[in-house]
Amino acid sequence: MNTKKAAAAALVAALGVTTLAACGGGDGGKDKATGTPAPKTVTLVSHDSFNASKEVLAEFTKQTGFTLKVLKSGDAGEAVNKEILTKGSPQGDVFFGVDNTLLSRALDNGIFTSYEAKGLDRIPAALQVDTEHRVTPVDSGDICVNYDKQYFADKKLAPPQTFDDLAEPAYKDLLVVENPERSSPGLGFLLGTAEKYGDAGWQDYWKKLKANGVKTVDSWELAYNQEFSGSAGGKKAKGDRPLVVSYASSPPVEVLYSEPQPKVAPTGVSTGTCFRQTEFAGLLNGAKNPEGGKALIDFLISKKFQDDMPLQMFVNPVTNDATLPELFTKHGVVVDKPETMAPDKIAANRDQWIQQWTSLVLK
Amino acid sequence: MDLARPEVAGPARRGRTGNAARLALMVLPVAFFAVFFAWPVVSIVERGLRPDGHWEPGRLTETLGSPEILDVLWFTLWQALASTALTLLVALPGAYVFARFDFPGKGLLRAVVTVPFVLPTVMVGTAFLALVGRRGLLDELWGVRLDTTVWAILIAHVFFNYAVVVRTVGGLWSQLDPRQEEAARVLGASRWRAWRTVTLPALGPSVGAAALMVFLFTASSFGIVQILGGPAYSTLETEIYRQTADRLQLSTAAVLTLVQFAAVGAVLAVHARMVRRRETALRLVPPERTAARPRGAGQWLLLAAVLLSIGLLILAPLAVLVERSLATPTGYGLDYYRALQSVDENGTFLVPMTDTIVNSLQYALAATAIAVVIGGLAAAALTRRAGRLVRGFDALLMLPLGVSAVTVGFGFLITLDEPPLDLRASWILVPLAQALVGVPFVVRTMLPVLRAVDERLREAAAVLGASPWRAWREVDLPLVRRALLIAAGFAFAVSLGEFGATVFIARPDNPTLPVAVARLLGRPGELNYGQAMALSTILMVVCAVSLLLLERLRTDRTSGEF
Repeated sequence: MNTKKAAAAALVAALGVTTLAACGGGDGGKDKATGTPAPKTVTLVSHDSFNASKEVLAEFTKQTGFTLKVLKSGDAGEAVNKEILTKGSPQGDVFFGVDNTLLSRALDNGIFTSYEAKGLDRIPAALQVDTEHRVTPVDSGDICVNYDKQYFADKKLAPPQTFDDLAEPAYKDLLVVENPERSSPGLGFLLGTAEKYGDAGWQDYWKKLKANGVKTVDSWELAYNQEFSGSAGGKKAKGDRPLVVSYASSPPVEVLYSEPQPKVAPTGVSTGTCFRQTEFAGLLNGAKNPEGGKALIDFLISKKFQDDMPLQMFVNPVTNDATLPELFTKHGVVVDKPETMAPDKIAANRDQWIQQWTSLVLK
Repeated sequence: MDLARPEVAGPARRGRTGNAARLALMVLPVAFFAVFFAWPVVSIVERGLRPDGHWEPGRLTETLGSPEILDVLWFTLWQALASTALTLLVALPGAYVFARFDFPGKGLLRAVVTVPFVLPTVMVGTAFLALVGRRGLLDELWGVRLDTTVWAILIAHVFFNYAVVVRTVGGLWSQLDPRQEEAARVLGASRWRAWRTVTLPALGPSVGAAALMVFLFTASSFGIVQILGGPAYSTLETEIYRQTADRLQLSTAAVLTLVQFAAVGAVLAVHARMVRRRETALRLVPPERTAARPRGAGQWLLLAAVLLSIGLLILAPLAVLVERSLATPTGYGLDYYRALQSVDENGTFLVPMTDTIVNSLQYALAATAIAVVIGGLAAAALTRRAGRLVRGFDALLMLPLGVSAVTVGFGFLITLDEPPLDLRASWILVPLAQALVGVPFVVRTMLPVLRAVDERLREAAAVLGASPWRAWREVDLPLVRRALLIAAGFAFAVSLGEFGATVFIARPDNPTLPVAVARLLGRPGELNYGQAMALSTILMVVCAVSLLLLERLRTDRTSGEF
């Protein structure tokens, strides 16, 4: 093949690729084409679990004139780390989904800029942990042990209710937990035990759990759908662990996604084993559309969004004027005294605790 | 020095034009790799090793001195070697059977063995646990449990990579002229000796290529190790992921990435040495001429053994998923499939999930197109005897298979962030990232065939007055078309099942099939679980049908004269 011909072939191929890229621009960059002077799109970066109903997204556009574009950026920890890496040249305008376990890392790296949202007075002061308003609380949820009601009824055994119960011989070989390094419910559960038993006692507690046959897997999906005997997936997979670390909202969701919906949830919540997570949103430093971003943060704590959230992301609203759906009031539980922990304390201890936990439980 | 080429290689002037042509062909592949692979990876590694503008070489010894990291390296290496050996052992007879025997349903079965490639690893994990885990099939029959043992990882690796061997080796094998082996036997060689002295050397390069790809895939295995091995096992890849995505310890991740580079580089060097010695021009014939119905008890037995191994290793896990997609609380039925057609009122996806099929196919087609263009040009450039520079380029093209996806992904984030290359929110990022993995398949599948083309055919065409372009079209293309389609099939399957890059970019209103499966599995409830299984089953069928169609394209023109 001579040079000219080869070059021509290369050129044709290059054109093919650039044409493809151009098509991509046309499709993916609609916003760019339409919104040169004042951007009409506001981009929300979030974790993979972000969801909102179509109506609510439409309502946002109607109220503010902005179209919402959502960029899902991996699981919660990964998404936060990506924002830290791209600091100064963020992928979007607002980040939603940093929780109290990672908040300090995000704030210390300066990825957010202050904005005092409209309607903050409807959110309990205890949740507004950042006095500079770099982040705004949006939802909260409880990580708790769930139990298989059928199993405990058959065995005529009372399901465990507290952390202490889980270490009792009656519940030997029944519990499956997630690896706190890889999974956020796993981390929440570890932090719950650290708060409950303190620096002096949590390791002893885990020694007892280990002696009592606790099993560890890497992800919530595996623990819940594979090992847990109470969930639909676990039943098919013949899971044999009737206790699993999941969320207080899991039982209502089991009901929601069954056909026909059962009158009573097949699973229950051990309310003395809970750790409360709060998720925050913040305006990103260097956002291309800060006005749109501010409007979006206001919208995230509006009644419309807060009411929609429980059935989308299975978390609880944070504003006091939000209404919980019937599904939650009927099948969910109210956790009175969850463990919780200040972001600073988590930041100071997180890595060390995980490391100690790993050598204690996995090795 | 092989007999087919040097004497007729022509005067030095032609050599120079050849080089120029080769460089022209390489421009685009080199640019592609520089922008979408080298630059992102180098940037992220630099960020890790030079956090404040100063190099910190101490990180290197610090990380490599840690016994935990050494454990990780050792485990990565030996499990990859063991997985590769096991895969070759199980799949080479399969490659032979697919290449040489005719039997009903062969095309379908060849498509089906490629299905594992597209399945999200969490589904594969689920299926395997149903077979080898607690109260799985093996447990119920013989009380054998393999979950959280290294056996589960090895067997799952065979499941995943069976098609790599069958397609790369089988592709060439089916075009080898069986008469050469027959001639050796007529001359008195035993069946074994004839195979060893005639067929094996001819197959050498493609077996090497397959082994190399399986090794790179299993050495950088992520999902399988995480799910089937449990938290106690970690490979270099899972460790890099942990250090980057979970802990943001970029310095440790950077050191591990360098180790990965070194290891992959060493493997490629060994492979290049082994293969180059054995490459020869071969007499290639159309596959239709080489396959026949099995004859004699031995051949039937071999066919039966291969079918049995495929049944146990590949079909059984797939069947588990299909069974679960049909098992509703009220007996077997299509309820979950019907549920997929309706728009979820609660807004999980905002579109009927059947739309995800269209999305997936579009992404996969774009990625395949890019991979075929880039890989095709690269393979054409690499065909002829090459200098050191070009051989280095050959190795470079393989690197993405062995380098951690999270490194590349995080590298994209910090490099492709300015117009005109702010691709972080553009859909093209997904096919581009997928093509990075597809290109090595295209190159490795095409090269052994291209290099096997007898140079004298090209020379003859030139003597008869054909332009080089025409000579390529008339001589190389017909022979290569089949390999190209096989390679395209791979690139397509890889893209169809790809998850990491896609989840990063897929919008709520256009998820792909694997992304939708993962989202469904991420929430409780029987309907979600059932729909995830149903959607996975659809993913299998879409993959198998696409591959069958692709193979149909391998047409009649190939059976023309050579």
